[in-house]
Amino acid sequence: MSIQTNSVEIGKANKRKYFLEKVSSRVFLICALLSVISLLLIIGFVFYKGSHPFLVEGYSFIDFIFGTDWVPSEDKFGIFPMIVASIFATIGALIIGVPVGLFTAIFLAEIASKRLAKIISPAIQLLAGIPSVLYGVFGLAIIVPFLQNTFGLAKGQSLLAVILVLAIMMLPTIVTVAETAIRAVPNTYREGSLALGVSQIGTIFKVVVPAAKSGIMTAIVLGLGRAIGETMAVILVAGNSLIVPTSLTDSVRPLTTNIALEMGYAAGTHQEMLFATGIVLFSFILILNFVLAKISAKGGN
Amino acid sequence: MRQLKDYVLRGLLWLSVLLSVAVLVMIVGYIFVKGMNLISFEFIFGDYSPTGGGGIWPMIVTTIYTIIISLVIATPIGILAALYLQEYAKQGRLVKLIRFATESLTGIPSIIYGLFGAVFFVTTLKMGMSIIAASLTLTIIVLPVIIRTTEEALKTVPQSYREGSLALGTTKLQTLYKVILPSAMPGILSGIILSIGRIVGESAAIFLTAGTVAALPESLFSSARTLTVHSYLVTQESGDIELAAAVGIVLIVIILGINISATLISKKLNKATNK
Repeated sequence: MSIQTNSVEIGKANKRKYFLEKVSSRVFLICALLSVISLLLIIGFVFYKGSHPFLVEGYSFIDFIFGTDWVPSEDKFGIFPMIVASIFATIGALIIGVPVGLFTAIFLAEIASKRLAKIISPAIQLLAGIPSVLYGVFGLAIIVPFLQNTFGLAKGQSLLAVILVLAIMMLPTIVTVAETAIRAVPNTYREGSLALGVSQIGTIFKVVVPAAKSGIMTAIVLGLGRAIGETMAVILVAGNSLIVPTSLTDSVRPLTTNIALEMGYAAGTHQEMLFATGIVLFSFILILNFVLAKISAKGGN
Repeated sequence: MRQLKDYVLRGLLWLSVLLSVAVLVMIVGYIFVKGMNLISFEFIFGDYSPTGGGGIWPMIVTTIYTIIISLVIATPIGILAALYLQEYAKQGRLVKLIRFATESLTGIPSIIYGLFGAVFFVTTLKMGMSIIAASLTLTIIVLPVIIRTTEEALKTVPQSYREGSLALGTTKLQTLYKVILPSAMPGILSGIILSIGRIVGESAAIFLTAGTVAALPESLFSSARTLTVHSYLVTQESGDIELAAAVGIVLIVIILGINISATLISKKLNKATNK
């Protein structure tokens, strides 16, 4: 009798346990799915809002991309100058930031003494965490007046100022990621090359760097992502003029700054066009992510 | 000839590292030199006055609110999501999809998050420009960070812990709660600390969702400005670099504190796993 009630109670307790197990694994799954849901919501809302003028209101997407006039009050929405500004600024920042960042990473991983690297590497990592606004403040206070005086400009806020600020901002990212990649190259590579009589520098550039290629590419793409998406720091140094830049000293308005500058007061079609600007920016990032995925898949092999 | 090339390359390496370090030292140095004069007890704990001379207490409070709210939401969700990915899920399509989504979220620029927050939380859910709308947007921004660091921490928990616990007749849930989570705690903590850094440094997304009102927030539904947004606005609107730099000092000190505690915790973690 008592054995029976006992086993019934154990059965009950077990049932509760199994029930809890089942419920909790469902809850965990739902939490994990939240990131998928968030991504879908973000893409859904931005694309829904941004495609509305073209699908419903009859605006031409071609005119939007290749139009050179952005005058919301006159119903003119062309973002060609901003696309050009974003691309130029990003490429310019890459031209300066990648060699400096990569060489710094090589130095820290291969040439610097352990003690020196232990001081510099964490300092550079820390700089990756500094709010990007502060890079903009620095750019406005130092880089902009410097350019103004050096080139005798009426206004130092220019494409070149944006390029310099973005190059500085991507440095910590590139250095940190590339350094990790270079350090991960097995020592046997170096020893083998040195044993063949190749100099240290020759070994670094002909053996170690090629071996760390995929990690270095990842570093560059991550730095690129940071540059193309940066907003507040860029507003401070870009000048924000709506022209297609023809020289480094032109005042520019990249895609991101257009959104941030006008979102506060935009309404109706104007606001939807800012979302459309967001779609263009989003497409750039998606292409980047795709490239990054390709690179890391290659690195896996 | 070859030797010459070596010398040139070696010189370029030195030049690059000097340039990087010099620029970065210059930025931090400039912010400190320029802003130090303004730093005082009054500046940090005083109320803001639009005519100048006021403090930044409202922005500090707003920043703290955004940190607390977004972490209170993102931490449990992120940890449970990581537990699912590491301890429950069978590797397959669904896990691949979740990982792809998490990685994609990491790559989205903050201005896009701002656009989304502005149309979803501010307009569609009728929260208005507010601390709560900004915090919810930030929640999505830091969620991938917490998921990834928690996953890494869970990976370091030895398989024998799980087997030992399950062999004693515990359920999976009990093993998670009493064995796995405690030993993964330091890693999870450092993930949370990293998220604080991300929240403190964020500006564009907050600018579009919390607005710019420079006053102590009355409720979570008030518009308010964080430290980064304040630093941006005083530079953009009044060109007050000195004030922006002083706010910058506060930000850098916070980031420094965050980094140091993260390093200490991960050191503790290493010690614990090496035992």
